[in-house]
Amino acid sequence: MKREALATLALCSMLGCASEPAASVTVGSKKFTESVVLGELASHMIEDAGMGARHRPELGGTRILWKALRMGEIDVYPDYSGTLAVEILGGRVATDHAALSQALAKQGVVLGKPLGFENTYAIGMREENAARLGIRSISDLKAHPELRYGLTAEFLDRKDGWPGLSRAYGLTPREVRGLDHDLAYRGLEAASFEVTDVYTTDADIDYYKLRVLEDDRGYFPEYRAMMVYRADFVRAQPEAHAAIERLANRIDATTMRRLNYQVKLEKRSEAAVAAGFVAEHFETRPRAAGPGSAHSPGRGERLLRHGSQHLTLVAISLLAAIAVALPLGIVAARRRRLGQLIIGVVGVLQTIPSLALLVFMIPLFGIGASPAIAALFVYSLLPIVRNTHAGLSQLPLATLESASAMGLSDTARLCLVELPLAAPSILAGIKTAAVINVGTATLGALIGAGGFGQPILTGIRLDDHALILEGAIPAAVLAVVASLLFDGLERLLVSPGLRIGR
Amino acid sequence: MLELRQVHKSFDGVAAIRGVDLEVQARETLALIGESGCGKSTLLRMWVGLVEPDGGDVIFDGEPLDRGNLQALRLRMGYVIQEGGLFPHLSARDNTALMARQLGWPADRIAARVEVLRELTRLPAAALGRYPGELSGGQRQRVSLMRALMLDPDVLLLDEPLGALDPITRSELQRELREIVGQLGKTAVLVTHDLFEADFLGDRVALMREGEIVQQGTLDQLIDKPSEPFVARFIEAQQRPTRRETGATR
Repeated sequence: MKREALATLALCSMLGCASEPAASVTVGSKKFTESVVLGELASHMIEDAGMGARHRPELGGTRILWKALRMGEIDVYPDYSGTLAVEILGGRVATDHAALSQALAKQGVVLGKPLGFENTYAIGMREENAARLGIRSISDLKAHPELRYGLTAEFLDRKDGWPGLSRAYGLTPREVRGLDHDLAYRGLEAASFEVTDVYTTDADIDYYKLRVLEDDRGYFPEYRAMMVYRADFVRAQPEAHAAIERLANRIDATTMRRLNYQVKLEKRSEAAVAAGFVAEHFETRPRAAGPGSAHSPGRGERLLRHGSQHLTLVAISLLAAIAVALPLGIVAARRRRLGQLIIGVVGVLQTIPSLALLVFMIPLFGIGASPAIAALFVYSLLPIVRNTHAGLSQLPLATLESASAMGLSDTARLCLVELPLAAPSILAGIKTAAVINVGTATLGALIGAGGFGQPILTGIRLDDHALILEGAIPAAVLAVVASLLFDGLERLLVSPGLRIGR
Repeated sequence: MLELRQVHKSFDGVAAIRGVDLEVQARETLALIGESGCGKSTLLRMWVGLVEPDGGDVIFDGEPLDRGNLQALRLRMGYVIQEGGLFPHLSARDNTALMARQLGWPADRIAARVEVLRELTRLPAAALGRYPGELSGGQRQRVSLMRALMLDPDVLLLDEPLGALDPITRSELQRELREIVGQLGKTAVLVTHDLFEADFLGDRVALMREGEIVQQGTLDQLIDKPSEPFVARFIEAQQRPTRRETGATR
């Protein structure tokens, strides 16, 4: 909690924003609508009991939330029994509540009571296709290897997802591709493929008229929804824990699908939907407007907030990268062996997939802006180190010897001759880093760093094109502006003498 | 003023300099001459500290060169190379003034000194503000010479300074260079492969072959009493065709 408060304080002072009221409970949620709704519900229950709540919605995935929970960055988040059993506990534990609770307790995590619905994975097809081909169960798919599969990226990778499913049913389709869950429905509609994985409480099942195929071999484990708490938190704030647990057994599958439908297809905010549910099912006291969801503030205000978050991520990480990469590049150019090592190591860092790097940063920096800045810093190193090294290594020997022969010290030669001559290359490296950085920073939203990635993430989740563009266009504009800025900087910093004959 | 004592140098196991003894008196101009790869540039670069000998002593004004005194002694030498020696990011004026600024000379002293040198080297005033890329080859070498003379060094070390110029500019600069060196009374070493230039600019000529000095003396001594057949062959080759013709008109 202290960490969180510090991090929030640091971020707020960086952004120069007014600090939010101190939150006593931090709720996390995954980046799909149901999880966000459950997160809002938990926040409402806490506030209803007279305590402060902060919701960090739309974090990247199970691993990110789990790490954030263990580290104390969040106190509670909604998850599913099957996911916990397979993804977190490696499939060595039965999915029944007692066994799961026991296994999680060893990791300092308390499992809440089931919320009352199951949201299992299932395989779905458009009703008309399924009817035409006479497909009712997953087994029936075996006879149709010509069908194309569009599966969500997470499903493709998960141990309880496609690898096991295709083995269990002997499915060998000709075409399988991975995509985002929210894009999958649109792909079905556009007939880019015929088969996809769905969640059984998805609002879209009704909306897109899908047939959910029967899991006739009982492959998919149970995915009972429940809250997951850090044990420290339960001990320290039993009232908050009890308040959230009032949701236990109150949400059945129909209710959950309706709540999802209200957000996704009726375009109501998660906060409003959650408030409606709480008002309907619990004795509540009057309260102020719920914690801000992604849609509540106006567009201008959102743009400003996301823009300042995005700029903060990019500026801090880039400045730090310049401060580190420039000396590294100079050392690399001076000492050939060490230089190869430096460039090799920095190059390997660059090959780490961005999402993986973000996840690695969580144990070190928690969630929010800091881990995103750290990851962007790492990505900015290579272009700057490499271009500094290249710029300095390619200087003509005659020029360098003349500088030494006139009596300049090594340091003076570096500052007065080498760096000015290598400046075009170095600046080009910094420019590359900045442009990559502006783009990659959109992924920061996955670990709660905000920025222009936030509206993109929410827009994809809610199938809201305007919202996606609200993030994508400013990010693109920012990249172009960064590029122009560095062109201007080059004109200012690079001697006109170096432009002659170019 | 300048001396080499039994210096040796190998590059990648190949002997480039094989035990050279050489002395240059104060105010004397010595021309080092020989075919390319004979080691004449390497000898010059030893005095300015760009090549460290494997054995032997490099002596500047009675002081053996070492890492400790190199930086200070370099301020007393002016070094000019064929091409690429000027800093492309600095104007002619800034190239010339760079080291004086580093040493903390006041601006007016620098400006006055640059002006003296500009007149001495006959560089057009407008060229001072230009970058090396905007200057002609001849102007670039004039600026190189200005830069080498900026701190009023005791010694000029000239490594094929006119090698990349067209014939007309080259002969013009040869005359001016002789005038300047003579007028300033500097000690100078000139590396060239052109016998005429060596004779024209040098008080004395040292002919090198494969890392050794074959013969030194005035050109007349080399012509009249070649120490070995190579000397005569080298001179003969250089005289054809230009030298014989110019010789005839002399």
